[in-house]
Amino acid sequence: MENFNYIRPAKVADAAKAMKKAKDGKFMSGGMTLLPTMKQGLASPSDIIDLSGLKNSGVKVGSKSVTIQAGTIHADVAGSKDLKKAIPGLAKLAGGIGDPHVRHKGTIGGSVANNDPAADYPSACLALGATIHTSDRKLAADKFFTGMFSTALKDTEIVTAVEFPIPKKCGYAKFPNPASLYAMVGVFVAQLADGSVRVAVTGAGAGVFRVPEMEAALSKKFAASSLDGIAVKSKNLNSDMHASAEYRAHLITVMAKRAVDAAK
Amino acid sequence: MSETGTGIGARVKRKEDQRFITGKGNYTDDINLPKQTYAYFVRSPHAHATIKSINTAKAKKMPGVVGVFTGEDVANDKLGGLICGWMIHSKDGSPMKAGPHPVLAQGKVRYVGDHVALVVAETKELAKAAAAAVSVTYAVLPHVVDVADAMKAKAPVHDVAPDNRVFNWSIGDEAATDAAFKNAAHVTKIDLVNNRLIPNAMEPRAAIGSYDTGTESYTLYTTSQNPHVARLVISAFHGLAPEHKLRVIAPDVGGGFGSKIFIYAEEVACVWASKHIGGRPIKWTAERSESFLADAHGRDHVTHAELATDANGIITGFKVHTKAAMGAYLSTFASCVPTYLYATLLSGQYAIPNIYAEVDAIYTNTAPVDAYRGAGRPEATYVVERIVETAARELKIDPAEFRRKNFVTAFPHQTPVIMCYDAGDYAAALDKALEMSEYSSFGERKSAAAKKGKLRGIGLSAYIEACGIAPSAAIGSLGAGVGLWESAEVRVNPVGTVEILTGSHSHGQGHETTFAQLVSDRLGVDINNVSIVHGDTDKVQFGMGTYGSRSGAVGMTAISKALDKIEAKAKKVAAAVMEASADDVEFKNGTFTVKGTDKKMAFGEVALSAYVAHKFNSAEIEPGLKEGAFHDPSNFVFPAGVHICEVEIDADTGVTEVVSYTAVDDFGNIINPMIVEGQVHGGIVQGIGQALAEGCVYDKDSGQLLTGSYMDYQMPRAADVPNFKLAFTCTPCPSNPLGMKGCGEAGAIASPAAVMNAVTDALGLRDVAMPATPQTVWKAMQPMKKAAE
Repeated sequence: MENFNYIRPAKVADAAKAMKKAKDGKFMSGGMTLLPTMKQGLASPSDIIDLSGLKNSGVKVGSKSVTIQAGTIHADVAGSKDLKKAIPGLAKLAGGIGDPHVRHKGTIGGSVANNDPAADYPSACLALGATIHTSDRKLAADKFFTGMFSTALKDTEIVTAVEFPIPKKCGYAKFPNPASLYAMVGVFVAQLADGSVRVAVTGAGAGVFRVPEMEAALSKKFAASSLDGIAVKSKNLNSDMHASAEYRAHLITVMAKRAVDAAK
Repeated sequence: MSETGTGIGARVKRKEDQRFITGKGNYTDDINLPKQTYAYFVRSPHAHATIKSINTAKAKKMPGVVGVFTGEDVANDKLGGLICGWMIHSKDGSPMKAGPHPVLAQGKVRYVGDHVALVVAETKELAKAAAAAVSVTYAVLPHVVDVADAMKAKAPVHDVAPDNRVFNWSIGDEAATDAAFKNAAHVTKIDLVNNRLIPNAMEPRAAIGSYDTGTESYTLYTTSQNPHVARLVISAFHGLAPEHKLRVIAPDVGGGFGSKIFIYAEEVACVWASKHIGGRPIKWTAERSESFLADAHGRDHVTHAELATDANGIITGFKVHTKAAMGAYLSTFASCVPTYLYATLLSGQYAIPNIYAEVDAIYTNTAPVDAYRGAGRPEATYVVERIVETAARELKIDPAEFRRKNFVTAFPHQTPVIMCYDAGDYAAALDKALEMSEYSSFGERKSAAAKKGKLRGIGLSAYIEACGIAPSAAIGSLGAGVGLWESAEVRVNPVGTVEILTGSHSHGQGHETTFAQLVSDRLGVDINNVSIVHGDTDKVQFGMGTYGSRSGAVGMTAISKALDKIEAKAKKVAAAVMEASADDVEFKNGTFTVKGTDKKMAFGEVALSAYVAHKFNSAEIEPGLKEGAFHDPSNFVFPAGVHICEVEIDADTGVTEVVSYTAVDDFGNIINPMIVEGQVHGGIVQGIGQALAEGCVYDKDSGQLLTGSYMDYQMPRAADVPNFKLAFTCTPCPSNPLGMKGCGEAGAIASPAAVMNAVTDALGLRDVAMPATPQTVWKAMQPMKKAAE
């Protein structure tokens, strides 16, 4: 690991300023991806701007939506009694991220801003039609996630909260990579308040994506059997030693059905 | 024998665990010496390349750098290369083709991770930074990573073996076996791959090498399972220093599984280089990624086997051909693993009249392969138990009954492949395992599973293994470079406390507890008044270390023999003090009594008498109470048992879950059932890991290790295994006075075959490759699904 400057601002504006000044700065929330990457020498930022000083943590359940502050650790999302009532599928997703260490350090803001193609949260954001609150603006999830490890965030822009509309029901089913336990395929299925259905897939492609054919079928009838015979084409899916694109395509349908069955 | 108390057979909690689980262990990396420096190794990024040049000038000028060493320095200093300590001859009589293995690469690199240069600096970070500044120019050569392809490789790994074949060895009677096949009513054929594994001890390898310029002697602290052997090799073969000028200390060691038997380049380099930096100690602790790259790997066999049976389902012949990967260099005991530790066990638990096996040992551009928990015996068990299961299925005989009708039932039993089984009751273990696993009602569980979309399968593995390799004269005649006896010294202190100095080495086995139990049992001493000293060549007489499940049967027998001498001497002392004849003195529960009188002395009183020497004539009885013994066993010991595994496979995803696992083992007499159960648990989990999770993958095209971290190399986890059902049967071992066999490897030996027999049973397939990961199983199911459609 190379040496770096460490800054821990207390205000969002100061964090943005620090980033502007840095030669090659990185925002760090829980550091669950950044630190291992730095240890392996795959990243060597000049400045680490630690966002934990912002102390923006908490889950607030409103009548129509749930707002989770960016600095909220996964364990607090998973353990929120209010969230378990409002969006149980989201609480369950948070409880299945990484391991206990990760869940007590990693944050929703960090996960969303990093947009790891195998991260869990992006699928929930996209399927639930979440709004990403940043230091500068509010962005629909559909606009926010732009590809592998990339988002619509500008260099100095910081995720401050994620707002999830409360759906009728939703569910998440993950098939973990047997070694790393990251999502090899994760499918989040949501039946929104207006009755429309959104299906978002993580782990299988370059980034999180929706499956219109499945959404259409489930909009007609929200049941696992509606997905019989519907499969995502394997052409653009990830392929590695753990799962070929064909296997991932197959798992997407299996996991989508399980997510529908698990939806509450 | 009682399960309570502290003697033999008691479930004594491990004495050493308090310090281990409270972070007070003393591992190599915990030790820091004055003026210590830190090492980092420059490693080959290529699977196979010629080194055109190495430029260390820039690195030498980097901050904090104390020294940079390359193969040239090693050659100039005439430091000998790494050796393979077991000579194998091919069937044509030619000796194995051992290529040179310098401590730092000379001229060529042969696998990704090969050690090229050693950088020594004031801190590990500075050493690492300077290592990045060492500039090496390579000319890349064609490489080969798969053992199946290696004999056709374009560029041989070593010039001495143009077809990459180290040896072509055989065992058994080929003509007789061929004849048996000619007369066979049925022949079962199978092709198997025994997947390459990476050991993953919890503590990575580490070393501190130092040179005392005053006494002109070296000290090496290292993560070794056998420090005396390390000293012998570094002294006699590397030529670093005579043995009395080299001290090797293996303090607490956090797991070995075989991977810490071997003498590796890094450890030798550190102790050697210390002299060249004015004697400052050099510490090296492997990063986990270095462990993946450069610890000796295990297994990696490709095998074709055929089994002949007569019209009654009796096995009449067995033929095996195995290609065994050696990696890029012959590691310390690599050559004996796929030969004398493998093919000699191909008779399994069965009375097979004719066996012939041929083994090609083959170089590949990969990390060296050597002994890993079980070492040859898991590979043998896998071949035997997979083909026996397959034959039973083909013959439509219940696999349990097929095994039973072919079991060895009379002992001693001489197999056609060297081994002479001394004792066993294989049917007893089978009966017990069938009962505990509720074998007869499996069909009901299969139907119930099918209703929830799960394919349920059951698989057996009736394994035998050979531990405590011996006797030394016999293995010497087979090519071993060392003897495989063990030594012990018992020092009774004047107050009656006891120190045991043993050549065995504990790196997780619990010797501090089990060895103390033996002493407690024999001398009536509280186990807290017994200490075990091991792992330091300056303290302990020469010993052979711990591997191959030998510390009980061999190491404890040596202690037992020394205790015999202690008892005899103490009786003499007691007799003198109590003014009786030594023949009339009896010793029981820690008290010496004189037959027919009420005279008695406690063990501690006798010990004190022995040291003060006031009450006997020192011309007749020497003062003191200290005895030593060396024990060279007359035969191997043969643990055996039956494991039964049930799996459920998710038909939608290919995920295999081990839902039930029964293990019935015959380890002879058991010192501490709790520790033995722990060994069995660990072994089974390692075997389940091999069967379902662990698979070392090198990229065919680039030669890079793809499974170089836990992101891609899947270790078994606690949540992946069920609670195990364990039981023991007991036929005491006749070749040692304690009646003990070995237990450390049995679980890992038995379980891969049990799991894979269950997986293939569930899928109705002849074979599924290990590791049967979800993807592998899903792919295997596709033709079945298509056929069903």
